[in-house]
Amino acid sequence: MINKNNAKKYWKENIRYLIILLSIWFIVSYGCGILFRETLNQFKLGGFKLGFWFAQQGSIYVFVVLIFVYVRLMNKLDKKYGYNEK
Amino acid sequence: MGVQTWTWIIVGITFAIYFGIAIWARAGSTKEFYVAGGGVSPLANGMATAADWMSAASFISMAGIISFAGYDGSVYLMGWTGGYVLLALLLAPYLRKFGKFTVPDFIGDRYYSNSARTVAVICALIVSFTYVAGQMRGVGIVFSQFLQIDIVYGVIIGMIIVLVFAFLGGMKGITYTQVAQYCVLIFAFMVPAIFISFQMTGNLIPQIGMGSAGQDGVYLLDKLDRLHTELGFKEYTSGTKSTWDVFAITLALMVGTAGLPHVIVRFFTVPNVKDARKSAGLALLFIAILYTTAPAISVFSRTNLIETVSNTNYSEIPEWFKNWENTGLISWTDKNNDGKIQYVSGNAIDGKKPIYTEKRGAHGERLITNSSTQINELYVDNDIMVLANPEIAGLPNWVIALVAAGGLAAALSTAAGLLLVISTSISHDLIKKQLKPDISDKAELMWARVSIFVAIVIAGLFGIYPPGFVAAVVALAFGLAAASFFPAIILGIFDTRMNKEGAIAGMIVGITLMLFYMIRFKTGLIGVMEPLPASEWWFGTSPEGFGTVAMILNVLVSFVVSRFTKAPPKNVVEIVENIRIPSGAGEASSH
Repeated sequence: MINKNNAKKYWKENIRYLIILLSIWFIVSYGCGILFRETLNQFKLGGFKLGFWFAQQGSIYVFVVLIFVYVRLMNKLDKKYGYNEK
Repeated sequence: MGVQTWTWIIVGITFAIYFGIAIWARAGSTKEFYVAGGGVSPLANGMATAADWMSAASFISMAGIISFAGYDGSVYLMGWTGGYVLLALLLAPYLRKFGKFTVPDFIGDRYYSNSARTVAVICALIVSFTYVAGQMRGVGIVFSQFLQIDIVYGVIIGMIIVLVFAFLGGMKGITYTQVAQYCVLIFAFMVPAIFISFQMTGNLIPQIGMGSAGQDGVYLLDKLDRLHTELGFKEYTSGTKSTWDVFAITLALMVGTAGLPHVIVRFFTVPNVKDARKSAGLALLFIAILYTTAPAISVFSRTNLIETVSNTNYSEIPEWFKNWENTGLISWTDKNNDGKIQYVSGNAIDGKKPIYTEKRGAHGERLITNSSTQINELYVDNDIMVLANPEIAGLPNWVIALVAAGGLAAALSTAAGLLLVISTSISHDLIKKQLKPDISDKAELMWARVSIFVAIVIAGLFGIYPPGFVAAVVALAFGLAAASFFPAIILGIFDTRMNKEGAIAGMIVGITLMLFYMIRFKTGLIGVMEPLPASEWWFGTSPEGFGTVAMILNVLVSFVVSRFTKAPPKNVVEIVENIRIPSGAGEASSH
């Protein structure tokens, strides 16, 4: 049963990471790039209107970073719960 | 050397490389054929996934589409990259742990039902065939565009190439050719982009150049917005689509990306769960290089185009304009007889393509029969933005040839990946798992090769005789994947209570609704003869965005049905608990 408990805790922490990371995923693309773009377009990043930048550049950069953050977090989590594989 | 010679040389060299890899990576077992033996490194898998993913449409058409759509083009940029986040976080690690060969394998086992497996196989076939038809056509178009040979022969050459490396090597051959194809296509895409960015803004990095100022000190995007407003177009950085539709299309594309069987299957080829996560990240990184450069190319070429042609005398127009006019991607009609090109908002022609006559006009332009009554005099095909870029920027001939090789690499790699999914669905999911469970590995391998052969022939025929509706629905393959697979897989992993009744009902409702909507609004086969106009769309959702609605309905139906029917058996709950733990994935296998 210890094993099952371990797995449950691992899963819970995993879900927590997923919620946080997917919220960021949603905010940068659907939030900054689509829903609130008009508001953000009042600000500028170099020659870019900010909302437009998020839609065509920024969200994509964040997506890449998100996956690598996830990879790191999960590798650590795997070690913590002894699910690490060489 | 001329462009033609260069193109033959570079395309010849790249094809020789693909052939060489195909022979080196022959597959000896079904495991090598289906999942490349399960031992592909995350880096190689990342590149292969990127090449598999980026089709002729990404390479040739996307920058052009964005160039004309401005902000609205963002749906493709976010939609076709954001899906990888879902894939990496919600699908890839668990499906890798599950460790079978195909998506229908997972559906069949998780929902303990051969009917569920069959529904999944049918969905996989519908999605893959709609998608692959466009790819074979793309191969034909690149050949005819650059090497001046007939589209039909182009498609046939493409079929033979794909046949060789897919038939011999299966997933193993495809994976390693795709690595080579990725290198070719990304190099071919970046070289002209960097040159042009430097010419226009003095900045070598296109992603930064896009937001920089031109030689006159004005930001390119500000200039483009101003030009657009002056000529009667909508501002480049705004859009014409409704916010809801942008939202819906982006979501449908993202979820569809994560649900495409030829993308998912790639994550079965790496050694373990850890590598599956990492290779999803690498795949997106490799994809992002092209996807963040494309909108920059759009801005550069749009500005270039307007500044070069607007109110210019046809007699003073640069050479590239006339070259592309000769190939039929540009047309100009001097509607007000002033010898100048008026380029403003509105359709220059009636119908989709210009219909040329044999005659030339007063200024030497090709005359067409279907010019419209609107003021706009210029028709420009989307594809020209990438294809003509090297010429517009005055780059050497070998760069132009490189673009041809890159376009071919993009189309061939995607076609190969899709054909493999089709053949696997038939030989593994249908024949091995349902019709003849006791056939040997060798016999299954033979069936896999036979079905890939048949699939290539069918795809080739689609490419040579493109049925009108297939061309219209290629982009909708995403909607179909979103409406069918994605919810069934996600619920299968994250909801232990989900049972076969729920999943099957959800998939059937989702894909039927999506097919119905697509056919109703794209082809007019149901009810009226004409496709219905946008004013009839449900909730103002375009067919491209409808996958989102169908997916939500799929989830609701699955959820409700599952709660009113019997809970899944205990051993299935154990399967789910097991795939949630990353260790002990072992090798992908068929038992």
